[in-house]
Amino acid sequence: MKKIVFLLIVSGVSILGFSQEVNTGEIHGNFDLNLQSYQEDLQIGAEAADEVILNNAYLNINYTKGNFAAGVRYESYLNALADYDPEFKGNGILYRYATYSIDGLEITAGNYYEQLGSGLIFRSYEEKSLGIDNAMDGVRLKYSPLKGMRLKTFIGKSRTHFTYADGIFRGVDGEVNVNDLFSCKTKTKAIIGGSFVSRYQERENLIFKIPQNISAYAGRLNIIRKGLSYNGEYAYKINDPSNVLSASKMNYASGNAFTQSISFSKKGFAVIAEMHRTDNMTFKSDRDKDGKAYLINYIPTLSKPHTYSLLALYPCATQTDGEFGMQFDVFYKVKKGSLLGGKYGTNFNFNYSRINGLNNGSSFLNDDTEQAPMLISVKGEELYFQDINLEISKKINKQVRANFVIANQTYNKDFLEGHVPGDYGVLSSTILVADVSYKIKKGHTVRVELQTLKSNQLENYSEHGGIYENGMEEPAEGDWSMALIEYTISPHWFLTVQDMYNWGNENTAKQLHYINLNAGFNKGANRFSIGYGKKREGIFCVGGICKFVPSSNGFSLNISSSF
Amino acid sequence: MKKLILTIAVIGIFTTLSLSQNRTLPSVEVKTLDGGNINIQEIENNGNPIVISFWFMQCKPCLKELNAIAEVYEEWQDETGVKLVAISIDNARSSNKVKPFVNANDWDYEVYLDPNKDFSRAMGISTVPHTFLLNGKNEIVWQHKGYVDGDEDELLEQIEKIVK
Repeated sequence: MKKIVFLLIVSGVSILGFSQEVNTGEIHGNFDLNLQSYQEDLQIGAEAADEVILNNAYLNINYTKGNFAAGVRYESYLNALADYDPEFKGNGILYRYATYSIDGLEITAGNYYEQLGSGLIFRSYEEKSLGIDNAMDGVRLKYSPLKGMRLKTFIGKSRTHFTYADGIFRGVDGEVNVNDLFSCKTKTKAIIGGSFVSRYQERENLIFKIPQNISAYAGRLNIIRKGLSYNGEYAYKINDPSNVLSASKMNYASGNAFTQSISFSKKGFAVIAEMHRTDNMTFKSDRDKDGKAYLINYIPTLSKPHTYSLLALYPCATQTDGEFGMQFDVFYKVKKGSLLGGKYGTNFNFNYSRINGLNNGSSFLNDDTEQAPMLISVKGEELYFQDINLEISKKINKQVRANFVIANQTYNKDFLEGHVPGDYGVLSSTILVADVSYKIKKGHTVRVELQTLKSNQLENYSEHGGIYENGMEEPAEGDWSMALIEYTISPHWFLTVQDMYNWGNENTAKQLHYINLNAGFNKGANRFSIGYGKKREGIFCVGGICKFVPSSNGFSLNISSSF
Repeated sequence: MKKLILTIAVIGIFTTLSLSQNRTLPSVEVKTLDGGNINIQEIENNGNPIVISFWFMQCKPCLKELNAIAEVYEEWQDETGVKLVAISIDNARSSNKVKPFVNANDWDYEVYLDPNKDFSRAMGISTVPHTFLLNGKNEIVWQHKGYVDGDEDELLEQIEKIVK
């Protein structure tokens, strides 16, 4: 041991000596701390935490030298924030890797993140805000033997909280850029790709011979010609029944998903049309476990991910078990100097999305479900979500900028939140947002945001009278308004006050204000912010993957730093 | 105790390593908007400064920053020769929309995609927007997290410092 220490010190000193001439590599990383206190607030249903304060923290350290890189991440959950899975508990180095590349071959051992195609059959990623980290642990090889040809293959287990799921994944992916490979300089470019993934999990069922190796494969195509672009991918997964002893509870249907998008764009204008269809396409790292920690593929929602709080009050989550979705976007920038454009131009974005169930439901038990028409089914299907919205942003003069949104959303609350049909029915809400910022003087800006949401119960509600099975009446949340004032002093300070007010709640005792105060300081690579206030319970989504956030009341502190 | 000495020794060596030279870009591949790949170390601007800005389509402050710079970009380029490289961290699905989105916004930036966040992780990004400034030798000399109105003025001051 002493010898090792001595050796390290000597080598350290010798490196120090040479550091002027030799490239000794670099160390960089980042640190994040999120701390929150939880006080009881019976009105909003917020619970106090036994620990009073909960905390998540991460430290990433990466070392790189030329084509070599290695790194670790230390994670600390003491204990995890209330919106995290309680299985995140304790401290540890939960991510470590080493990688190098030489002559077009890249080798990684340890942890890695990977996705094949658009993620229909496989995506390992981290999204700290959602509490998702399904990093792989194993080995991965990427190789580019020829210009325009890329291959990758991997084997590993997928992380769930502080451990790894049972399933072992083997994957391979190939992609060919036709124009690069055959050095043809046509205006039309084509990229073709295919991927295959297989999960091994030991069979433990005493009665049924369920498959131990579950394979999924996908093919994709991307064609580009000037401003036109097409993307399509089709995926298929063999049957993956869960380990139960009753045949009637066992789903032995296969799964499939299809996604495509086509877009046209030129300077100042773009139009995009997308669709996807997914049927029984939930792919997990353990056939017997539920929850987002075990999901290994990625099918995001086709609706626009909004950032204004009332637009995101009722967000859509993807139903990988079965849905059909479509979306259209038009972007248009009216030129400066025209009637609509004014002195600085005006931006328009129109967006329409619609998500519905499959006719006759998703495949269950077997592959015989009649789903005609196969690809596009919109008439008469159960509507899950619909969003029509128009956003206009405009710089009015040197001081004033404004952003307006008008939207109508239809939200199948019963289905998307897993209630008994008829509990809440379908919500239709109309939302208006005005966001205006005014530059007072150099560096000082005040911004005001006003939002309002008018909501209607569409169906089922009166029929069932909003009566729960236990006889409790569940009143509708009704209308909301929101106001925000933000004062920023560039480049260091910000202060925000906001109030969300549920003035239309049918239960007058729940017509509550949710007031939040936030302030922050920002300098170079460090950012500090503190907050105090009440948060509404609800669903928080990033790209169609959602988590439920409990209502909370308390202080928060965030520190983010990178070096 | 031995563990402690060992840790200190290791930390000592590593700090020595990192402090002894300027920060450079990692060797990581990003995607071009027409489906190709490029190692981020290959970006260049004839010895002039480069701004690297991490963003995604639904990030309001990111769009504010990129739109604010777009208005003065021509002036900045004339005065300092600077080039802005915008790195979209939109996921593999939404990254299909980045090219039309960039076109519609009429941005003259060099835009790359980082759908698996390999570049983003190597740069220690935890929140966006996150902006880096590179000198003419592609060494990172300045960085900034977040964006509030007027932050582009500070960025310009930093660019001017390099050009001087």
